[in-house]
Amino acid sequence: MVTRHQKLGLDDTAVLKMYETMLLARRIDERMWLLNRSGKIPFVVSCQGQEAAQVGAAFALDREKDYVGAYYRDLALVLAFGMTSREVMLNVFAKSEDPNSGGRQMPGHYGQKKNRILTHSSPVTTQVAHAVGITLGARMKGDSAISLVTFGEGSSNQGDFHEAANFAGVQKLPVIFFCENNKYAISVPTSKQLACEKVSDRAIGYGMYGKTVDGNDPLSVYEAVKYAADRGRKGEGPSLIEAVCYRLTPHSSDDDDMTYRTKDEVSEAKKKDGVLTFAAYLREVNVLTEDIEAALEEKIKHLVDDATDYADAAPFAEPESSLKYVYDEKGEI
Amino acid sequence: MAVMSYIDAINLALHEEMERDENVFVLGEDVGVRGGVFLATKGLFDKFGENRVIDTPLAESAIVGVGIGAAMYGTRPVAEIQFVDFILPAVNQIVSEAAKTRYRSNNDWSVPMTIRAPYGGGVHGALYHSQSLEGLFSGTPGLKIVMPSTPYDAKGLLKAAIRDNDPVLFLEHKRAYRLIKGEVPEEDYTIPIDKAEVKRQGEDVTVITYGLAVHFALEAANNLEKEGISTHILDLRTVYPLDQQAIIDAASKTGKVLLVTEDNKEGSVIGEVAAIIGEHCLFELDAPIARLAGPDVPSMPYAPPMEKFFMINPDKIEKAIRELAEY
Repeated sequence: MVTRHQKLGLDDTAVLKMYETMLLARRIDERMWLLNRSGKIPFVVSCQGQEAAQVGAAFALDREKDYVGAYYRDLALVLAFGMTSREVMLNVFAKSEDPNSGGRQMPGHYGQKKNRILTHSSPVTTQVAHAVGITLGARMKGDSAISLVTFGEGSSNQGDFHEAANFAGVQKLPVIFFCENNKYAISVPTSKQLACEKVSDRAIGYGMYGKTVDGNDPLSVYEAVKYAADRGRKGEGPSLIEAVCYRLTPHSSDDDDMTYRTKDEVSEAKKKDGVLTFAAYLREVNVLTEDIEAALEEKIKHLVDDATDYADAAPFAEPESSLKYVYDEKGEI
Repeated sequence: MAVMSYIDAINLALHEEMERDENVFVLGEDVGVRGGVFLATKGLFDKFGENRVIDTPLAESAIVGVGIGAAMYGTRPVAEIQFVDFILPAVNQIVSEAAKTRYRSNNDWSVPMTIRAPYGGGVHGALYHSQSLEGLFSGTPGLKIVMPSTPYDAKGLLKAAIRDNDPVLFLEHKRAYRLIKGEVPEEDYTIPIDKAEVKRQGEDVTVITYGLAVHFALEAANNLEKEGISTHILDLRTVYPLDQQAIIDAASKTGKVLLVTEDNKEGSVIGEVAAIIGEHCLFELDAPIARLAGPDVPSMPYAPPMEKFFMINPDKIEKAIRELAEY
């Protein structure tokens, strides 16, 4: 029997690796909440519920060459692009060795040049224009890299989304606009954010391909993003892919989501959790056996423990180093 | 040495930098086929083609934001904002992004980008084609703001801005474009971005200013010379970060200081110059620090008598210097 993933050109090793990345992101995220609730770290912004979308998208790209403009929920995406568990925990603990910002930014604000993860800020959607610029720069230098940039459905209302989408459309740049629609912009639901039915409806205004897929299913996301990436590489321009997910946690460790949604709604969403449903699929096709699953959990537990211990023990940056890197300091000792 | 206008010096700098480094490119509204509404980018499209001279959609935040991304990739964009009055939609990209990229990434990423924009009044431009908005951007560490006064400085500073590894906001006085002419060497040269320059040596009163007002001050100083009043003029050239030592030296030289800007008085960059002098030159001063600036109204009106009332000019500067000299 040919499985669904094989039809998409993914072998068993690849889908197992996808699952492992999703599970690692989930376990790191769960650890972050424990650390926050026990007073070890001041802040968490969560990825839970969006791992499937992020991993499906990342695996559809060339992870040796392409660029990603992440936003603050993209833990699974940056793990898929080469950030390590220790590096993520160093970010969470705001330690000097954190490759994202050396402890300068809040947790979840990613950026790592060696893995082609663009640095981003807290004002939403600014990174969308940067991802467009990346492909403009690549085209000018004769490189074939494409970029994928993520944002939420609320952020798709920002002027920067529309300005950058139009720019990419006019210039036919190979950018994948990847909307992780998690149904809430903090407390405001999609119905109060969008006048159109789907975020992907917005694609046509910018002369680009648009598609909405089930963000809990990494294979559907993989298929859509692969198609968009192929279009981009063939010179057919940008695409807008909307992955419909659900934010399983409050907006952040400082939010109480029970003030604007119900326990029942969250419980319902948990039944469709991509980490669980993808595991079920992999068991069904005999890729995830009991032995493999136990070994994976063991391996990930060890990775998360090691990363937590390492980051907890790592030093903070010297306070005076706050003065560094306002401008280029090349030549200075 | 050729004598050329301020705008021709800018155009020459762009041609030279694009020839020198294939990573340099230009983007903005009307910068391509048209060569810019002021013709600052004239001839670039024909010489370098549409891939390096990009007519963009009319959307300022994308012009700057896409430029930032291209700079992150390793190119050197020169973005043109058609009038500085239209830069406000791009403030988030300039202040939250370009200026903070190096710092927030702990030196991992950088934005070597120049943003050029014409500013200033006296051209019948009314509220939205006349403003001086440098005060809005000053006090943004990570960003540099350059405002040259002469064709020589414009060429050397623009080349330095393009080669700089950090974002530079390069503001050109639009009335200076064709009004101001000067000698400009044909050969390659740059001027350091963080240095002010004494444009006139004098003994009695110090004027500290920048941009077109430097020429107004020079004219006033020449008139006052006949009355025996000797004026020292410091051209800031870079208004952020400020060349503090040059300001302290210029203020201390005469002990009487007039600060001049075309911007509104309250909140302008000369207020910061006054603070530096106040901190460092108390015992050097022989008179209170004086400021000459635009009135604190939202912007410059259109009707000629109202525009003239708003604008600073050589007569207003002359009067202010004389008052200080007599203090």
